[in-house]
Amino acid sequence: MRNTWIIAKRELASYFATPLALVFIVIFLALTGAFTFYMGNFFARGQADLEAFFRFHPWLYLILIPAVAMRLWAEERKSGTIELLMTLPVTTTQAVLGKFLAAWVFCGIALSLTFPTWITVNVLGEPDNGVIVASYVGSFLMAGAFMAIGACMSAMTKNQVIAFIIAATVCFLFTMSGLELVLNFFHAWAPPLIVDTIASLSFLVRFDAVMRGVIDIRDVLFFVSLIAFWLLVNVIVVELKKSA
Amino acid sequence: MTDMIVIDKLTKRFGDLTAVDAISMTVRRGEVLGFLGPNGAGKSTTMKMACGYLTPTAGTARVMGHDVVENPIAVKAAIGYLPEGAPTYGDMTVRAFLGFIAQVRGFDGAEIGRRVDRVREMVALDEVINRPVETLSKGFKRRVGLAQSILHDPEVLIMDEPTDGLDPNQKHQVRALIKDMAAGKAIVISTHILEEVEAVCSRAVIIAHGKLLADGTPEDLLARDGRHNAVVIKFAFSGVSDVVDGLRALPEVAAVTDLPVLSQNGVSAFRATPRDGKSIILPVGDYLRAHNVTPEEMYVERGHMDDVFRQITIADGGPADDA
Repeated sequence: MRNTWIIAKRELASYFATPLALVFIVIFLALTGAFTFYMGNFFARGQADLEAFFRFHPWLYLILIPAVAMRLWAEERKSGTIELLMTLPVTTTQAVLGKFLAAWVFCGIALSLTFPTWITVNVLGEPDNGVIVASYVGSFLMAGAFMAIGACMSAMTKNQVIAFIIAATVCFLFTMSGLELVLNFFHAWAPPLIVDTIASLSFLVRFDAVMRGVIDIRDVLFFVSLIAFWLLVNVIVVELKKSA
Repeated sequence: MTDMIVIDKLTKRFGDLTAVDAISMTVRRGEVLGFLGPNGAGKSTTMKMACGYLTPTAGTARVMGHDVVENPIAVKAAIGYLPEGAPTYGDMTVRAFLGFIAQVRGFDGAEIGRRVDRVREMVALDEVINRPVETLSKGFKRRVGLAQSILHDPEVLIMDEPTDGLDPNQKHQVRALIKDMAAGKAIVISTHILEEVEAVCSRAVIIAHGKLLADGTPEDLLARDGRHNAVVIKFAFSGVSDVVDGLRALPEVAAVTDLPVLSQNGVSAFRATPRDGKSIILPVGDYLRAHNVTPEEMYVERGHMDDVFRQITIADGGPADDA
């Protein structure tokens, strides 16, 4: 635990040591703002809620989170520091967890900086703040799932661009898997059980449920187990590279 | 415990390529082992396996009694390792970087500052301690890497080309540091700078194509050179064929050859090579004195590490002439 924390601290500090943190946070805030107020018709809806705000989060995360995750392992491999890190007395699991937590916390910081939107809606009306808290929790969990996928893809290559593209593609499949675009591909040949399973993996479907203000334990479990699964794969990938 | 590193039939295959082929050796406390070999010989791969970065295909290594396959964390805690190229986190300051290493190595509170201060003095990092590592010169970066590897005062130190890319003064500093630390530790350095072996190593191992070809003190290796203990004699005059014939007849001398490069402008020079590599300076001196010939210059050759290295690594044609 101690080592995980030390690695997470170093990793988080390195986000802020470069312009990456600033660029990411500014772009994230600008885009959430633009989507909420222009595309989401926040005012025209005439409702005191943040659905217009949260509805675009999966799409923002799809691009922005692989961008945050891509450097986690690929950069270490490229610069050779992975050899330093993995010869320190830390386990692969501690390193994987530490890196993931740093990146996730970083997303949490960006997400929490959207609080003026929350204040705005409270000034303008009387929203159901319970729904908003649930949506924030759901959004943060979803960000974690995207991040775990991104971290794992980053461990597979030393090329950050490749890590980004693969991570974005996998995230896209998970986001879209509930929609006909993806399901039609499977309908033709897969048994209904598999199609249903694929549909149930959809981030959009899960996040829609959370946004309605119902934090179902199954939705939470879905994101948490997805995070656990991809981090496990991440550990395996790092270990495999050692014996390759 | 005197056997600090025990490498036992360590093998690494990458697909069809056998990078390290059943290497065995032992490093004891107080030894500085020079790990020599041409590029691609398997030096780095062996070191990476010994410190737990790569998993061996077969065989194992034990460091301070801990098996690197079964208990990698104990091995990593016991070793100080400087990877090839001395990688460091460029965006951190030297102080923050060393502080991070100290924390991961298990130090707390004020001890972190003490450890960082100690290595800062040892490798002379005072002037750059608050600068980001990526802004430093190559020499300083290398020293930061070195500082990282000795921060916890490890009993086993493994360094992959510690002086690569340093200027002669910096090389001297690093070698002095290694010598200073040698007494209580087992140190392994890989290098292809052969003068380094004579300068700091108490023992040298030569590998090529993943196989161990020679193991001995630098003196032992030099003795493999045909010119080891040869005597070069220069006369300020010519017409010394009688003397040369006389030297040839000495029982200790195997051959006397003319050195045309040195023989110019009336100067004549010869090299007398010994039988069995034994010292022949005394009989040669006695002979010259007995015949009242005074050489202008006379010296003993020690042999050349380069020649020995070439001889061992190129002559190796495979398993047939395994050393």
